[in-house]
Amino acid sequence: MLPSEPPAADLPPSPTGGAGAGIAEVVADAVAVAGGARTRLMDIVQAAQQRLGHLSEETMGAIAERLGIPPVEVADMVSFYAFLNRTPKGRYHIRLSRSPVSLLKGAGEVAAAFRQVLGIAMGETSADGDFTLEWTNDIGMADQEPSALINGTVLTQLAPGDAATIVGRLRAHHAPNALPLFPGTGVAGSGLPHAQIRPSLVAPGAVLFREEPPLPGAGIRAALALEPDDVVRQISAARLRGRGGAGFPTGLKWKLCRQSPAEGRYVICNADEGEPGTFKDRVLLSEMPHLMFDGMTIAGYALGAREGVVYLRGEYAYLWDSLHKALRARYAQGLAGKDILGRAGFDFDIRIQLGAGAYICGEESALVESLEGKRGSPRDRPPFPTIRGHLQQPTAVDNVETFACAARILEDGPEAFARLGTAESTGTKLLSVSGDCPRPGVYEVPFGLTVNALLDLVGAPEAAFVQMGGPSGQCVAPKDYGRRIAFEDLPTGGSVMVFAPGRDVLAVVREFADFFAGESCGWCTPCRVGTTLLKDELDKLLSDRATLADIRALEGLAQTIARTSRCGLGQTAPNPILSTMRNLPEAYEARLRPDPFLPWVSLNEALKPAIAIQGREPVPEDQA
Amino acid sequence: MSGERFTFTVDGVRVEAEPGQTVIEACDAAGIYIPRLCHHPELPPVGHCRVCTCIIDGRPTSACVMPAAKGMVVENDTPALTAERRTLIEMLFAEGNHFCQFCEASGDCELQALGYLFGMVAPAFPHLWPKRPVDASHPDIYIDHNRCILCSRCVRASRTLDGKAVFGFEGRGIDMHLAVAGGHLDESAIAAADKAVEMCPVGCIVVKRTGYRTPYGRRRYDAAPIGSDITAKRLGAKD
Repeated sequence: MLPSEPPAADLPPSPTGGAGAGIAEVVADAVAVAGGARTRLMDIVQAAQQRLGHLSEETMGAIAERLGIPPVEVADMVSFYAFLNRTPKGRYHIRLSRSPVSLLKGAGEVAAAFRQVLGIAMGETSADGDFTLEWTNDIGMADQEPSALINGTVLTQLAPGDAATIVGRLRAHHAPNALPLFPGTGVAGSGLPHAQIRPSLVAPGAVLFREEPPLPGAGIRAALALEPDDVVRQISAARLRGRGGAGFPTGLKWKLCRQSPAEGRYVICNADEGEPGTFKDRVLLSEMPHLMFDGMTIAGYALGAREGVVYLRGEYAYLWDSLHKALRARYAQGLAGKDILGRAGFDFDIRIQLGAGAYICGEESALVESLEGKRGSPRDRPPFPTIRGHLQQPTAVDNVETFACAARILEDGPEAFARLGTAESTGTKLLSVSGDCPRPGVYEVPFGLTVNALLDLVGAPEAAFVQMGGPSGQCVAPKDYGRRIAFEDLPTGGSVMVFAPGRDVLAVVREFADFFAGESCGWCTPCRVGTTLLKDELDKLLSDRATLADIRALEGLAQTIARTSRCGLGQTAPNPILSTMRNLPEAYEARLRPDPFLPWVSLNEALKPAIAIQGREPVPEDQA
Repeated sequence: MSGERFTFTVDGVRVEAEPGQTVIEACDAAGIYIPRLCHHPELPPVGHCRVCTCIIDGRPTSACVMPAAKGMVVENDTPALTAERRTLIEMLFAEGNHFCQFCEASGDCELQALGYLFGMVAPAFPHLWPKRPVDASHPDIYIDHNRCILCSRCVRASRTLDGKAVFGFEGRGIDMHLAVAGGHLDESAIAAADKAVEMCPVGCIVVKRTGYRTPYGRRRYDAAPIGSDITAKRLGAKD
């Protein structure tokens, strides 16, 4: 059998061309590589930005003209993603990972060191144009914080003292660049301290991370021995539920997708692991990519799809090369492309789409929009993606871990899988554990494990509270440590953040509020405006100016946002507030002022400059 | 429309619908008013404002994007939903810079009219006081971005009805804002007769030299509350 290769457009963009190329030439190249398709706008703008450094009005205009679309559409898309620059940025774009976990590991001090060494504030670019310094949301390294991205390169376990070394090394490099611009595809030549990622797997389990290395294609072979309908039945018999967090039955999703009449169907792997505190998909993508590709290919066979796409979060650009290497090996071994494993007519191509920094794209319909080269705003449902998804065709969007489980179910049989876990949550779950514990990392555990048992495993039995499922999940207090990790009790997409006694839960809640306000897509009123209002209300609480009336208002606002928002982001954005109010009310009570009402601003504070000029003593506020 | 007509209920009232209609379309035809802001019958629905949120079969759902279905149970006019909708309007008032007392649209403004309808009395949230520009570069039209509520009516109308794509969005979250092709109105293809201008529900996109021709007190919502045109159909039918 002749090995086939992925289509040319799907190979990594060439980092050559570099300095000197004009806008017209760069845009012409980028559009040509993407086959002139408007739906590939994400690839086009990334390729253009990599060579030009940023996407100016002129560049966006040239792209719009080449594609024959209104210029406002390009600006709309480009302005949405955190990793796409409309203005010039430094040759080295330093993005420090920000989350409650990174902050408790010292990210604030690391940021201060970089600010001092570079002489700029967060969000600024140095005068010589060499460095831009910014915060970014959790980059998927919660077990080795403080971490950072410099262009596409990941640095971990940073200390304040590293800032000067890193800046010095990068400064010593001159044109073109020590590190390729985002989406850079390698770290060669960087020679930077901490430019390495510690293996994160702590506890292998019974399904995914087993002792023997996985045999690429084993699940596909088992699937090909069955009729496509029977493959779907096996997934249903295993009672596999989506591992991204929502827990939708995968067999049902595949069945609905298969039943929808269509010209073509799509299989999409959601590798946009953006929930703060989670990094288990990163470990699967680095260590078990074939299991994921096998699962996608099995889905392709079961659904009658010929095309699969892995949507990889922009923060994981560094995995681009290794994933393509794995993919090329699959084409060479007949596990992808035409007539897979010799089965005439079973064709399935896989390509990788890189995202550009938007948490919301982990929501399946937003992911599909992004994949079509648009802003990542979710769609209205119905219709669901299983009926009308990518390019309006039936589409199954599943998490990396879900596809890996599907491959194992075909390999081992559904009974072996369903024997593990609980009645409603079968199999094992990958947990990404971070925070105040001596053994952070990925744990593969059977569903049904109690929080207590998990805390013993990770070495943090004294934890004061645990954030289960990331910001969109819930905050669990010690009284609930007997609860079980399972869809029917404590669901989690995999993020488990552990906090020791003495940590301020409201500061954590405030970080999460900031996260949601920054990641809201802006489409609907309650999420766009409400997430910012929640943040402001929390600021009032943290500045010790809140009364019981504020708490009631905060709760009412949180509930309206949860009920009226268009998608899961807005619906879950108030969770950190609502779940801590429910489970740790004493944290709020301790902050409350006894007054019936206090305004947002202290009048005396606001008048301070005038008071200083006049030299008058202000009336104490409680007598004012 | 092909297919069998069917019925569902809204606050206990039977409503007839045909396949392909959304809940809000079927209710409009039946003379039942579901409050809305971003929705416009001539434009594809998009679900920005969430003011038309109803409880449909037990779940909060936007009526403008939800296809009507046989046997659906819709709650629309309830104290709880009115409170929720009022909160949404209050959010929009806090987000932009809205000064009704001297706004050209006062009395014709759908945002203001909904505030009155829901009994909004005082600001519930601290104002965000964003810095937003006024674009008066065009000879016949100006945009006061302070009053934009991101309903996208102009974006949709310019594309689907005017065939121009003058407007788009930029940014995300609270930074999302309306953008004009070319940066300024005078560099765009907009004209005063465009549907995109006519359909602005607030005082954001305004035709020059027409302001205040109808005095305050004699405007659309001074005469009757918003939604009266829709409910009149049902009340009229009863007579």
